[in-house]
Amino acid sequence: MTHATTPTTAEATDAIQAAGLVKTFGPTRALDGLDLTVRTGEVHGFLGPNGAGKSTTIRVLLGLMRADAGTARLLGGDPWQDATALHRRLAYVPGDVTLWPNLTGGEVIDLLGRLRGGLDEDRRELLLERFELDPKKKGRAYSKGNRQKVALVAAFASDAELLILDEPTSGLDPLMEEMFRTSVQEERDAGRTVLLSSHILSEVEALCDRVTIIRRGRTAETGTLDELRHLTRTAVTADLAGDPGDLAGLPGVQDLDVRPLEGPGVRVRCEVDTDRLGTLLERLTPAGVRSLTSRPPTLEELFLRHYQDDLAPAEAS
Amino acid sequence: MTAVTLAPAPAAGEGGRLAGTGMLVKMWLRRDRIMLPAWIYALTALVSSSMYSFRTGYDEPGALEKFARGINDNPSTKAMYGPVLNEHTASGVAAWQTGATGAALVGLMCVLLVVRHSRAEEETGRLELVGAGVVGRRAPLTAALLVAATAAGTLAVLATAVMIAFGAPAAGAVAFGLAWFGAGMVFAGVAAVTAQVAQTSRLANGLALAVLGTGFLLRGLGDVGSAHWLAWLSPIGWAQRVRPYADEQWAALALPLVAFALLAAAAYALIERRDLGAGILAPGPGPSRAAPSLRTPLALAWRLQRGSLVGWSAGFLVYGLAIGGIADGVSDLVGDSDSTLKSLRELGRQDDIVDAFLSTAMGLMALLTAAYAVQGVLRLRAEEAGQRLEPVLATGVGRLRWAVSQLAVTVAGTVVMLALTGLAVGSAHGLRSGDLGGQLPRVFGAALAQLPAVWVVAGVTVLLFGLLPRAAQAGWGVLAVCLMLGQMGPVLKLPQPVMDVSPFTHTPNVPGGTFSPLPLVSLTAVALAASAAGLLAFRRRDIG
Repeated sequence: MTHATTPTTAEATDAIQAAGLVKTFGPTRALDGLDLTVRTGEVHGFLGPNGAGKSTTIRVLLGLMRADAGTARLLGGDPWQDATALHRRLAYVPGDVTLWPNLTGGEVIDLLGRLRGGLDEDRRELLLERFELDPKKKGRAYSKGNRQKVALVAAFASDAELLILDEPTSGLDPLMEEMFRTSVQEERDAGRTVLLSSHILSEVEALCDRVTIIRRGRTAETGTLDELRHLTRTAVTADLAGDPGDLAGLPGVQDLDVRPLEGPGVRVRCEVDTDRLGTLLERLTPAGVRSLTSRPPTLEELFLRHYQDDLAPAEAS
Repeated sequence: MTAVTLAPAPAAGEGGRLAGTGMLVKMWLRRDRIMLPAWIYALTALVSSSMYSFRTGYDEPGALEKFARGINDNPSTKAMYGPVLNEHTASGVAAWQTGATGAALVGLMCVLLVVRHSRAEEETGRLELVGAGVVGRRAPLTAALLVAATAAGTLAVLATAVMIAFGAPAAGAVAFGLAWFGAGMVFAGVAAVTAQVAQTSRLANGLALAVLGTGFLLRGLGDVGSAHWLAWLSPIGWAQRVRPYADEQWAALALPLVAFALLAAAAYALIERRDLGAGILAPGPGPSRAAPSLRTPLALAWRLQRGSLVGWSAGFLVYGLAIGGIADGVSDLVGDSDSTLKSLRELGRQDDIVDAFLSTAMGLMALLTAAYAVQGVLRLRAEEAGQRLEPVLATGVGRLRWAVSQLAVTVAGTVVMLALTGLAVGSAHGLRSGDLGGQLPRVFGAALAQLPAVWVVAGVTVLLFGLLPRAAQAGWGVLAVCLMLGQMGPVLKLPQPVMDVSPFTHTPNVPGGTFSPLPLVSLTAVALAASAAGLLAFRRRDIG
């Protein structure tokens, strides 16, 4: 990716910079040349299906695992060498939160905060209330969602510069998911950087400035959602009073479907390369547009496009 | 009316509530295919080794009687084992030696089995998965009780067969087996109730074992003091009251069976009153804030390990007092039995019989302490594999600091436990022998001299954790090898280089033997080197 598309100010540095990361476990290549850049102050979506290498990347970034090849920089330091110093500046929510069975949620929040070097007391109270979390329960008594809330409160109540969240909402109900979004937005407003690994696309679409889509341990696509949309096609449906002529010959138009309406006129459905949308509209307008919908691709469509190769053999088998 | 909606349809009736029991029994017997044979083998071996030693070790006329009278005159052995009821036959004395302790062990086995297959299954959520299938509400507990009954029943048959094979009268052997079976079923019933009452398997086991311990204590008090009725309150006392080989009292077998029926009925009644996953005792809320001291990895390690350390220490204290109480009378006990004398001397590797007994006991305490240490070191792996380590390492805590904190608590625990043992054995033995000032320091020193060998086992386990985290459980294997070498080595006359593999071989035979500091220094150095290598490997490897 290039920095040219979005102007960067002189003081903005990258919170995370990983290039060519490789990590193998026996015969499996969990990371296969992965690149990831997270700019300071942004909420970055880290997308990929299960097993794509999201958690492995995060473990490498946290210095819990050492990559076989490639380079990684975190907050300007080396995640393996400078682990302890860097960890004081970040907060981490693992994908599968397990708590000590005989410590209460409140104790875990305090302990993790103190081990990091501090906790914002007011924020702790606010977050407990927001997430409706009972801090007096013992670890073994919490459900999956509540264990996740314990880790989220501990992370959001810290004064960390960087939050690394690994599928943090997989056990939350929709109401709590909303509270989670509010909290992430507050973090962004406070100038913190968030790496949000997820496969809940609506969440990423709502929260993230930029996304990186990975597939089989490699980066498939990275950029802002707008940039990614530009690379793909827009779906257009138009009801026309007259005949628009031969649209199939237009550059960038695909999946064309023209059928007569019950009254006079026709309904045109097609997909068009987003940068050719203007040309298509120039042809439609003279035919008398009665209604027009043009829908940019959803993240889901972007996402699926990258995995169609993976899906096809699976369906065949 | 949630209880009603949760219950199966009335049309299903009693059979419906038990649906799936057979499948569960099969599944759990399969899960226990290692654990059950191990228990049954160990307890059968207990009977056969006791029968063997009393049949072969006391062949001169009057030897058995002399031994038995020694027991019956000694309050501390009577407290541990009860009185000898038939002084004249080897089977009678073997029934004394294994009857009460064996009944307690069978009870322990049944408690662990029932809780493992009822509350523990529920706690982990596996039962929910099973319960959603065609499984009646009463099926899991019924299956757990059936597994316990199968285990206790098999054991009873084997114990009876072994005794008969050694030439014991059939009636006594059958009574002995049934007494064990009865004790097992009572404690299975106790566990069935505690598994409904407690919400965690830990608490369910704890409550049932407290009942077991109380039973053992009441029996001991009843056997020693004048209040003999106390033993009638104890399920272990009931097993004695069957009087194998001493005019068998078959009617006494009704006690455990009635008790079991009542306990099982109570457990089933409790099942109907509670939801899946809930207990009758709801765990109380804990503090909403951490104590101000809970701010370092060391404080966390202490918090996680203190419960287990207190439990082990209490056990060591009681056992130490018992050992110290018996020690002075041990020469009367052994009497003229040459083979027992010889084997005690071989195990203790010295001549004075009291010191040989004490140093053998210290060696055993050292092995038990090593078991605590292995368990403590394996907590490192448990934290890692249970994914509780990652969030801690993602804070400002480095790997070494975390690991050293955990190990420091474990190592301090080994010191506390052996120091307590030394104090308990030393003061009890000192008071009984009337030489407190002389015995306490030397016994205390002997207890502390066990530490370096314990640390070697712990250090090797740290090394395994660092280098081969997935195989870290092999630390138990290391301990098992040491145990086998120590127990079987002298009997099998294994060559010295083989014996030297075990660190416990190098511990001086104290009290009594010659003490030299060099082996202790070397053992400590080995332990430190192994731990350091393990920690370095841990620092370099991947977490997970």
